[in-house]
Parts: sequence; structure tokens; C-alpha cells
Amino acid sequence: MAKYFTFAILKLLKGDMEEFIKHIEAEFDDLKPGVLMADSNFRETFEWNSINALILIAMVKTEYDVTLTADDLIQSKTVNDLYSLIDNRKSKS
Amino acid sequence: MALFSLSGIKISGIAAAVPENKKSNANYQWIAIRERQSLMKNIGVETRRVALKGTTTSDLCVVAAEKLLQELKWDRTGVELLIFVSQSRDYLVPTTACIIQDRLGLPHSCVAMDIGLGCSGFVYGLSVIGSMMQSGAFKKALLMVGDISTLTTCYRDKSTYPLFGDAGTVTAVEYDSNAPVMHFNLQTDGSGYRALMIRDGGARNAMSRQSFEIKKIGKGIYRSRLHLELDGIEVFNFTLREVVPNIKKLLASTGGTLASIDFVVFHQANRLINETLRKMLKLETDKVPYSIRDFGNTSGASVPLTMITALKNPLETGKTKLLLSAFGVGLSWGSVVVETDRICIPDLIEV
Repeated sequence: MAKYFTFAILKLLKGDMEEFIKHIEAEFDDLKPGVLMADSNFRETFEWNSINALILIAMVKTEYDVTLTADDLIQSKTVNDLYSLIDNRKSKS
Repeated sequence: MALFSLSGIKISGIAAAVPENKKSNANYQWIAIRERQSLMKNIGVETRRVALKGTTTSDLCVVAAEKLLQELKWDRTGVELLIFVSQSRDYLVPTTACIIQDRLGLPHSCVAMDIGLGCSGFVYGLSVIGSMMQSGAFKKALLMVGDISTLTTCYRDKSTYPLFGDAGTVTAVEYDSNAPVMHFNLQTDGSGYRALMIRDGGARNAMSRQSFEIKKIGKGIYRSRLHLELDGIEVFNFTLREVVPNIKKLLASTGGTLASIDFVVFHQANRLINETLRKMLKLETDKVPYSIRDFGNTSGASVPLTMITALKNPLETGKTKLLLSAFGVGLSWGSVVVETDRICIPDLIEV
């Protein structure tokens, strides 16, 4: 039973992460689908500059109603880091 | 909470003047071609109008006002209120509105003053001029809003240089006891004043030799303490946090809905900000006009400039219900619901 729940939760998280990655892929034209993974360093996977930072912040605000600050971005390395931040703030609100 | 309504005032006409000198961001060689393309697509600025040295905001506003007064056939002796909203005044001292009163030949019975606001300036200016007029003491007034922002941006600062354009606008406001009520919601959060500022040259930090030193701030960002600085992420998050609740509270207080609004005119901050606001409010694209592609972020002039360049036909030919929302430097922001009825809009003037 416990195993089943763990599996269900993992599956749910995985689905949400897939959705998060899809949202990012939709925003950046030069990012080919399937390249960006949960453990990817997002700064190295697609071009990282101040405009792309704003695009990412805008997407997170529209899709998740969560605000990412400059510090959040500096402290995040992987897609998973970003996602954990968002997930954390969503569950608090 | 600064939620209030004004009655007895109407907008009779709006005119704008921009410099003829056009700069294209496709040629902004300080940044790589790919970044320029991304800038034009996402920030949304393709070309900007840049005033030549010596041209002031008041010069643009005065040219626009001459044209508007002529088309409205207003007798200037009846214009007894003039408000100039700008952060690029002719001189530190005196007030620019006084000089404009004389240049336009307005009577000595005219009340003239400056308001030092930027992006939010049109909505704030309209509220001040409307508040003074609603008693009926003034029959005709001019609200001038504009900035020459390019004077203080540094070519080697990619966060400001390709964003801003220059413009001067004038709005003719008239007392009319039958005019529909205007509803305002104005707000301020001065804790964010550093997000958009010029550090030196005012009383806090007087101009010194060090004020002119250009320093590296970040990748692609060099400037001195006399240049305009902008914290993009800070301004972006402020806008996404505050503007939608401000609009929702305004509409709730009037019992109105967005569905009853014909057009929502946002300050032209950047395309990404404005598109995000549009999506958050679930507005169709044809309800949200833009001027940023051709003129850039024109500070306080952006709302009236967008009305002139994108909504000339509906504003001239019929009745419209508008929601105007402006936000930025201060931090200062506000919205107004205003109804118009066949207002006079001369063609955009190039100086």
C-alpha cells in the first residue's frame, strides 16, 4: 500500500515536472523539446541572459502565480531547483 | 486607499509630438545580433524617437498644444490651468509649467505647475487636474505629460538605452457638468525607489566630479551616477504583483467589469510585462493597444501616445470606455476608468 502511494506521488511529481519543462520549452524557440531535463543546468542548456530571465519569471507568474526574484534565480542551478522553489511557494499560499 | 471618483470633467482632445530622429534597435551594435533580435521580439521595441540635443520635453508639448488649441478652436484666454508632468524639466529652477504658460500665451490668471512623476504621470496628472476642475472654477485646462528619457540613458547600458523613446503629449480637459464620472485608484510604494533612479544631481547627492565616472555594473551594463538606472527584474515583479490587484479593486469599487471596457491602455513598459498583464487579466489582444514597437517606452507619455497612435479612429468617431493603467518609477502606479465621446485627435506631429 505504502509502495503504491509512493509510486503515485512520484508519478504526480514527475507529471508536474514534465509540464514545467513543457512550459519552459514553449517560451524559448531555440530550445529543442527533450533536451531540457529536471537535472539540467538551465543556464547551460539554453541561452541565459537578462531578457530570458524575464521570460522565465513571466511564465512562472502566469502559470503558477509564483514570483521568482533575482536572488531566486542566482541561487538556482538546475530546473529542479527552480521547480522546488515554485512548488514550495505554491503549497504555502 | 486612494479610490475616488471625479465628476464634471471630460477629455476634449489629445495631441502628441515626437522627435523626427529615429533610432532602430536593429542597429544597436553594443549587443550581439541575436540579443538585438530577442530584444525587439520580447521587449518589443524596434524603433525609438530620440530628441536632438537641446530639444526639451516642453518643446514637444508646446508644439502639440499649439496644434490641439488650433484644432479645438479654443480661445487661449479661457485656459486657466496648466499642469506639466515630467521628470525632464527645462531647468532645475524654475518650474517648467510657468515658462510654458508664457510660450503659449495663456493668461496671467492661469494656474501653472509641474508634477515630477514618470511612467504613472498621465493617470496622476488627470486626477490632479480633474480634482481641481470639478468644482467648476476652471472651464478649460491643459495636461502636458512627457519625457526626454534618452538624455539620461547610457549607450553602453543595454538595460536602458534600447528601451526608452522621447515624446511630449497634451490633453485638453474641459468642465462639463454632464460628463460621465471618472474612477481612479492611485497607489505608491516608495520603498522601491531605487529600482528606477538617477543617483546624482539632486539635493541628496549633489553633482560632483565622481558623478561623471562611467563604471561597469554588469554584463553589457556601464553607466555613471548621472545616468538613468533600471533594475529590470525588480520593476518586472513589482508590476506583476501590483497592477492586476489595483485594476480589480478599481473595477470592484465601481461595480464594473472588464467586459464593459472597450480598451485597456497600459503604460508601455515593455512588451513582455504588458503581455503578461494582459494574460493575467484574460484580455483579448484587440482590447490592448501598443505603441512600444515604434516608439519604445515613452515614460508618462506612453498612455496618451498609445491612444493617439493606436486608437485614433474609435476615439474620434464614437463613444469609448477606457481603462488606463500606468506604473513605474517611484514606485508609483494607478488606474482610471474614463469614458470618452468623439475627442479631437490631431495627427502625430514630428519635430
